[in-house]
Amino acid sequence: MTSKEYKTITDIKGPLVFLEKTEPVAYGEIVTIRLSDGSTKNGQVLDTSDDMVVVQVFEGTEGIDRRAGVKFLGDVFKLPVSKGLVGRILDGAGRPRDGGPDIVADEKADIIGAAINPYSRQSPHDFIQTGVSAIDCCTTLVRGQKLPIFSASGLPHNDIALQIARQAKLKDSDEEFIVVFCAMGITAEEYNFFRADLERTGALENAVLFVNLADDPAVERLITPRLALTAAEYLAFEHDYHVLVIYTDMTNYCDSLRQIGAAREEVPGRRGYPGYMYTDLAMLYERAGIVKGKKGSITQFPILTMPGDDITHPIPDLSGYITEGQIVISRELHQAGIYPPINVLPSLSRLMGGCIGEETTRDDHKKISDQMYAAYAQGRELRGLVAIVGEDALNERDLQYLKFSDIFEDKFVRQGRDEDRTIDGTLNLCWELLANIDTKYLERLDDELISKYHPNEKKE
Amino acid sequence: MEVKKHKGSEEMSNNEGVIYRISGPVVTATGIDARMYEVVRVGHEKLMGEVIEIHGEQSVIQVYEDTSGIRPGEPVFSTGQTLSVQLGPGLLTQIYDGIQRPLQTLEEVMGVFITRGVDADGLDLEKKWEFEATASVGDEVSGGQVIGTVQETDTITHKIMVPPKASGKIKSLESGEFNVTQTVCTLDDGTEIQMMQEWPVRHPRPFNQKYAPDTPLVTGMRILDFLFPLAKGGAAGIPGPFGSGKTVTQQSLAKYSDAQIVVYIGCGERGNEMTEVLDEFPHLIDPNTGKPLMNRTVMIANTSNMPVAAREASVYTGITIAEYFRDQGYDVALMADSTSRWAEAMREISSRLEEMPGEEGYPAYLSSRLAEFYERAGRVETLNGDDGSVTVIGAVSPPGGDISEPVSQGTLRIVKVFWGLDAGLARQRHFPAINWLNSYSLYPQSLNQWFRDNIASDFPEVRTEISALLKVEAELQEIVQLVGSDALPMDQQLTLEVARMIRVYFLQQNGFDPVDAYSGVEQQYAMARAILTFQEEAKKAMAAGAVLEDVVNVPARIELMRARFAEGYLEKIEGLVEEMVNQIGNSVEAQ
Ligand SMILES: Nc1ncnc2c1ncn2[C@@H]1O[C@H](COP(=O)(O)OP(=O)(O)O)[C@@H](O)[C@H]1O
Ligand SMILES: [Mg+2]
Repeated sequence: MTSKEYKTITDIKGPLVFLEKTEPVAYGEIVTIRLSDGSTKNGQVLDTSDDMVVVQVFEGTEGIDRRAGVKFLGDVFKLPVSKGLVGRILDGAGRPRDGGPDIVADEKADIIGAAINPYSRQSPHDFIQTGVSAIDCCTTLVRGQKLPIFSASGLPHNDIALQIARQAKLKDSDEEFIVVFCAMGITAEEYNFFRADLERTGALENAVLFVNLADDPAVERLITPRLALTAAEYLAFEHDYHVLVIYTDMTNYCDSLRQIGAAREEVPGRRGYPGYMYTDLAMLYERAGIVKGKKGSITQFPILTMPGDDITHPIPDLSGYITEGQIVISRELHQAGIYPPINVLPSLSRLMGGCIGEETTRDDHKKISDQMYAAYAQGRELRGLVAIVGEDALNERDLQYLKFSDIFEDKFVRQGRDEDRTIDGTLNLCWELLANIDTKYLERLDDELISKYHPNEKKE
Repeated sequence: MEVKKHKGSEEMSNNEGVIYRISGPVVTATGIDARMYEVVRVGHEKLMGEVIEIHGEQSVIQVYEDTSGIRPGEPVFSTGQTLSVQLGPGLLTQIYDGIQRPLQTLEEVMGVFITRGVDADGLDLEKKWEFEATASVGDEVSGGQVIGTVQETDTITHKIMVPPKASGKIKSLESGEFNVTQTVCTLDDGTEIQMMQEWPVRHPRPFNQKYAPDTPLVTGMRILDFLFPLAKGGAAGIPGPFGSGKTVTQQSLAKYSDAQIVVYIGCGERGNEMTEVLDEFPHLIDPNTGKPLMNRTVMIANTSNMPVAAREASVYTGITIAEYFRDQGYDVALMADSTSRWAEAMREISSRLEEMPGEEGYPAYLSSRLAEFYERAGRVETLNGDDGSVTVIGAVSPPGGDISEPVSQGTLRIVKVFWGLDAGLARQRHFPAINWLNSYSLYPQSLNQWFRDNIASDFPEVRTEISALLKVEAELQEIVQLVGSDALPMDQQLTLEVARMIRVYFLQQNGFDPVDAYSGVEQQYAMARAILTFQEEAKKAMAAGAVLEDVVNVPARIELMRARFAEGYLEKIEGLVEEMVNQIGNSVEAQ
């Protein structure tokens, strides 16, 4: 390990510091920088050669001058991990933030994380009941899935994330999740809201929090989720926990990534984000899952706010290409006073097919959710038509569908912040609401299911 | 037995340099005398890399493993070899990473997480195979000629060929049990031939000549085979935004298409999707042979979080394996999901090289690389004189679903088939969400004869009628949006109903339905005919005074449509259509 201090900074630019005349420095090596006032900052090597070393400084370069001393610590970034992490609150660089002692490490884990061998994965298939009808019926969450919330500023994504964290459980099982929460650049107010809720429900004792707030260093955000996922992997794969990782807000993370790219004068990709953002995000999102021979699992619930409510913006777009679906929050529903304002139409759970049905949820789940979706989709489309031609131009079938779309939003999507619906309850509700449409128009349901579940046709 | 290990066996010659710079997956070395695309070993851990640029003293290397912790001054070794794959018995049923390391072997060595610095042979060098000589001592043979066979899986006979560059008279040739590195044949000039060959992935394998394609790759997906057919030896692009069905379509093609060998490349996509294939394929039966699908499949999985340089290589690894089976006279289909991730890997490396960027930051050579790749598809006469083909189907993931971007455009300029996935259709749960209005195939002309000879003499005409109806529907829909459908004249309302039948009954096909996911071409034709029959009969009936609503709702038509979800549908269609015709006739009398 080199413990020599270099005072050979040549350039400082944005979050980057350039040095020369060092001994060989490793790619990815951790660095401390001592400022003239005696304070220190941390960084990491981004580029290294015989002539020049580029260091990204997590806390920003404010206050650094060319006389600052730079030490290379001989190792890549590692997080001390042990079971003692549970119940702790750490800052965005992994230091205690709760006034508690340092983590006594069982081992130190590389935060970049190695890729899970695809051959060693196990397909997720355990149904998680979130108690939220729109999710459980239409966008079913599976243990080990990565399912982001696509939201936008001013929408209640935090309430939804917390409600899910509180209510998520396997059907007929009391195996619990522990929460790893990762804040990236959110406001203190938002953070306090999360914390208070976790405290209120007692989940905090079983949670690990990594916190980088809006006024914390922006570049640090690039490591915060890696710390959180490293902790999650350790707890899931060394200690058999089922871990639910909530991280928010991915948009802030991506903006930090863009900042580094710009400082390095890289050729930008779309909207100024680096061309490697897809790979970078994949290295976070792909750290979800279940692996052979381990009991634990990692389920990821990233939250991102879509700039300009635009789902084609690179942040939601690249995320959607990697994650196993998405839950889309709608401003329109929110403005109509509906909580949770989940728009099921653009929402998707790619793993749903393998985890619903007779053995896991109920025999009617697949078909009833198809029918609910189709009916709502048609009804919504008709709203547009009615705005032009008026209701008179609709035939009986269309009229029923049109009415159903309002019922769907009001009775099915809408529910209380503490309302925890069972999957049976949710599916029964579907039947009850679909009774507003003539059975002959319910094309996705078969006679067998209709006679088993339909409130007006049921043969007891 | 001590075996030569191809990827790690290089003599540490005097050809050793040192690392000068490390920037992510790109390492610059000095003092090494390497050739372009030569494989080199980087650092004390001997990570595998490939020389991709040379300036004077400096060689620029893309490294296939994570470079964290590597320092300037560490050694770099040249190997004298270019990036190659091992070809021979043992490829089938395997799953490899982008540089042909078997993932199963990696798991045995490293556990569930992929660490670095581990070599693994692409083929099992110890396993003995029953080699049966088919040539004879004294035969004059040349490169590509088949000298023997190995029954590799239940369904696939692996042909052992003279390596492309060798030729001469066979001096010895023996049937028996051999592993892939043992000599099974010697030629006059002393050349020893083993069952394993190596081939540099960036070079197309040779063949005698290319033929024009004349046979469809039957996929069992109605919209593809019937409206936009792909030829064996052709190339197709499937662009679409996330969630529109690229992966499900590619997986359906891997399951049901009538290729004899399938090479499936998961390039920069999800880990769980590969796991799904691994879980599912061994239990799925190939509808064409009745044997487990895995027996004809080779998989390459270099997921989004695995090193990008190996992602760049994965596509070449896959197509070389595909060509190798083509050379044995097989029809091979290769799926690459997604070629956009491959292009992005190129972009990432290019940007580290500080190359002058072209459009959207992609390197200026993007379109030529795409063209070279798709050009490796084709139907050929092999060196052995057989007919073989490689069909390539590439998924494209355009940002925001907008196909005006460089990868989509570069692909569409080359491929002759465009299956355009549509977010709107996916959102309506119309699957496969292939847009019938903007998709196209340039093959129907060359395939029409096949369809006439093998399915029905009027097949192309029926196709034309069906697609014309869909076009008319699109025009009518614009009017409906303004005035509502009730305002249309009766004959146009009927056209809308017929088109609806085409969409719901014919074009929609759930990729997960145990029965309907696969539809043979004969059945496709019968279904299309049934729709046209409905149209004719409905017209007649309405001319005689029947009401559209009654005609549409005759129970036999509903039954005709529903019955496709049960086994044995093809045999039932005729009877169902007859019943439908009767009932429509009766709807006149009911007036
Ligand atoms: N042919 C199909 N049949 C049924 N469902 C489909 C089909 N194609 C797509 N889907 C649905 O759409 C989802 C996304 O499809 P996928 O192929 O993963 O999209 P992409 O690869 O384009 O992101 C699937 O999980 C499935 O629910
Ligand atoms: Mg996909």
